[in-house]
Amino acid sequence: MNAPQELRHADITAAATPQRQSEVVARLRAVLDPHCVLFREEETRPYECDGLSAFRQLPMVVVLPETEAQVQQVLRICRDLDVPVVARGAGTGLSGGAMPHASGVVLSLAKLNRILSLDPLARIARVQPGVRNLAISEAAAPFGLYYAPDPSSQIACTIGGNVAENSGGVHCLKYGLTVHNVLRVRAVTIDGEIIEFGSEALDSPGLDLLALMIGSEGMLAVMTEATVKLMPKPQLAQVVMASFDDVKRAGDAVATIIAEGIIPAGLEMMDQKTTRAVEPFVKAGYDLDAQAILLAESDGTPEEVAEEIASIERVLRDAGATAIKVSGSEAERLRFWSGRKNAFPAAGRISPDYYCMDGTIPRKNLGQMLVAIEEMEHRYALRCMNVFHAGDGNLHPLILFDANDPDEWRRAEDFGAEILEKCVEFGGTVTGEHGVGIEKINSMCIQFSDREREAFFAVKRAFDAPGLLNPGKAIPTLSRCAEYGKMHVHGGKLPFSDLPRF
Amino acid sequence: MSALVEICDRVREAAAHGRALRIRGAGTKDFYGQALDGELLDTGAYSGIVAFEPTELVVTARCGTPLSELEAALAHERQMLAFEPPAFGEGATVGGMVAAGLSGPRRAAAGSVRDFLLGAAMVDASGQLNRFGGQVMKNVAGYDVSRLLCGSLGVLGVIAEVSLKVLPVPAAQATLSITMSEADALRCLNEWAGQPLPITASAWHASTLRLRMSGAAAAVQTARDRFVKAYGAAEVAPDAADAYWSGVREQTDEFFAGEEPLWRLSLPSVAPALVAPGRQLVEWGGALRWLKTTSGATEVRAAVRGVGGSATLFRGADKSAGVFEPLAAPVAAVHRRLKQQFDPKGIFNPGRMYPEF
Repeated sequence: MNAPQELRHADITAAATPQRQSEVVARLRAVLDPHCVLFREEETRPYECDGLSAFRQLPMVVVLPETEAQVQQVLRICRDLDVPVVARGAGTGLSGGAMPHASGVVLSLAKLNRILSLDPLARIARVQPGVRNLAISEAAAPFGLYYAPDPSSQIACTIGGNVAENSGGVHCLKYGLTVHNVLRVRAVTIDGEIIEFGSEALDSPGLDLLALMIGSEGMLAVMTEATVKLMPKPQLAQVVMASFDDVKRAGDAVATIIAEGIIPAGLEMMDQKTTRAVEPFVKAGYDLDAQAILLAESDGTPEEVAEEIASIERVLRDAGATAIKVSGSEAERLRFWSGRKNAFPAAGRISPDYYCMDGTIPRKNLGQMLVAIEEMEHRYALRCMNVFHAGDGNLHPLILFDANDPDEWRRAEDFGAEILEKCVEFGGTVTGEHGVGIEKINSMCIQFSDREREAFFAVKRAFDAPGLLNPGKAIPTLSRCAEYGKMHVHGGKLPFSDLPRF
Repeated sequence: MSALVEICDRVREAAAHGRALRIRGAGTKDFYGQALDGELLDTGAYSGIVAFEPTELVVTARCGTPLSELEAALAHERQMLAFEPPAFGEGATVGGMVAAGLSGPRRAAAGSVRDFLLGAAMVDASGQLNRFGGQVMKNVAGYDVSRLLCGSLGVLGVIAEVSLKVLPVPAAQATLSITMSEADALRCLNEWAGQPLPITASAWHASTLRLRMSGAAAAVQTARDRFVKAYGAAEVAPDAADAYWSGVREQTDEFFAGEEPLWRLSLPSVAPALVAPGRQLVEWGGALRWLKTTSGATEVRAAVRGVGGSATLFRGADKSAGVFEPLAAPVAAVHRRLKQQFDPKGIFNPGRMYPEF
């Protein structure tokens, strides 16, 4: 009990004894219906991973509370018995943030799935954590409103998970991330107490704990309700598709659009490997000779869109686009987008497995980054497709590999880690919108100093003194970083490369 | 660099002797918050824009950089701080802007300081520099400590450098004036906010609603025509309009004159017109209401809490009733523990936000 908080329960894989499991299950069954407490292997197996299936761990118990009061009771029991708790939404996360703890409880919020209220005049919706992202926009549609952040998984992912990861999407350059679109979060602390961050006003008194809570990966409190902002749905959207014979030139074109004072609703880039992979499936009419394709969307009133599309077209032509198409109908707009939206499934169809990275860099380094990735493809002997949220510098390289070959997975992991390291070197970050989870925990050692990581632990201690909420994720301990530093391959070279090894 | 070293040394020294520091940029917001306590730590010397790349939409500046210098550099590239921070006086600094966390007329449409803050460097209680966030728009590595510093009034550490997202200056702008009651204005503002209209500022006072529209020329033109036709709106000349919005932002408008205390009421935008003695100016589509009144704090707070908002005694001589809305117990507990973790000796601006820390 006296170990530093961050070290307690840090070993995610340490399994509980059957006696311990029985004890915890008995306590949980006293407050939840039996069908809401899962502990047999065949029941808990579906929870062993989230959207990042390379990282798996069977949990000791899975609970599915049906009310906020039950969430409070579950947390009190876990606190009382010193059991780690991993909150989980739809399990679509891509960083292993919801990967279970072997001696812990997975707290699924899937049954808290109601939209509690929707006020079209105030343009807000009160929702439970298990409500799907897209369901909010669907409920708001009759009023001409929608919820702006649109992660690619929006059909399945839940708002609870979006809050935990501070999810973005294709339109966040113009409309912001989750942190910009959530007014209030109601949550339960590890002590089982209700706590509210923010309010339905724009400003709230005290420190901005809401900003801390959003993107905290389930490590500070368990969300049970949120108030989200709804925005008027743009009347019209149109997209310009431009081909470039050089990736660097496409990157420069993005900078030119911004320099013109245009903030497109969406600004995405795909490299040739991606367009060639997706075209056979989506038949979007991509220019397969182009080294890169840019998609720039404008939305708003018809007059605004006409004005902006004309400017974008002109800028792209001046920037050296080899071909330009403007969507003439909603169907065509969706077809242009279909390849971008289906890049991940397409990767899955041309390769047994793919590993999606999520770094962000200052846009000006895009060209250099692509060159670096190409060099890594040769060195790791793996292919990589590149899709970007070009407007905000968020990269999603998709490393193709075969998980049945352990060496390929190891190479893919190293390849990914090296991309992230490069992102930090270019003044960016190891994760733009997917979160650190378990996947990028070592990369955090590179981005932050010991002191900075200690500040994160200080935040954690202020919310979760016993260190039971999602332990072992997101923030690496000193000793973990020391260990990683020792074996860490930098730029393809081991430290002290003159020393003989293995 | 030496200015930063000096700040770090001062912090280390203060921590060693358990002496309180009162962090100050230019002192333009000294009026804001609870008591000023401690030895003065002037951050003004650590000044300058570190990096500004217009095509990245990001600017990084040191805490002592005058806000006017930053805004001039952005204006030169036809960009701006979209949250329109008030300076409240000559020499206001970037550090003070972030520490106060105050935003101006565009806030309801564009977002607040915190929404545009991408990263910050902070001198911690041991006198060392920590960096949180970064210079990119999307960044979820680690807890969002930089946004936590926004509006923190310096109680967690010295904000040394910040990176902010900037936006292009809109192509066109127009301000309209419409005569209507407060109740009608509140209803209309909320309805309009649910429609794709380019409204970027609103202010209602004494039966007059002023609306600013910004964006693409065509969008502004269409909206202007609509308001003129449907509501008999009159267009305000551009110079007069700029002067008006600046007066609201900087509180030099005549509404803010007079000796009565000024309350800043943050409410849900749909909250009904407040029945409170005194004068009111409504901003942010109804979500911000300024109240000049001699009513007591208990009375004001009760009225605002009843509609789900909070009241700040923004300017007023007697702060004994507390400047900021008291926090709910679990939230206050997290505040105490955060302060304890970040500033165990209580050296940073003690009592500036709440008397107990």
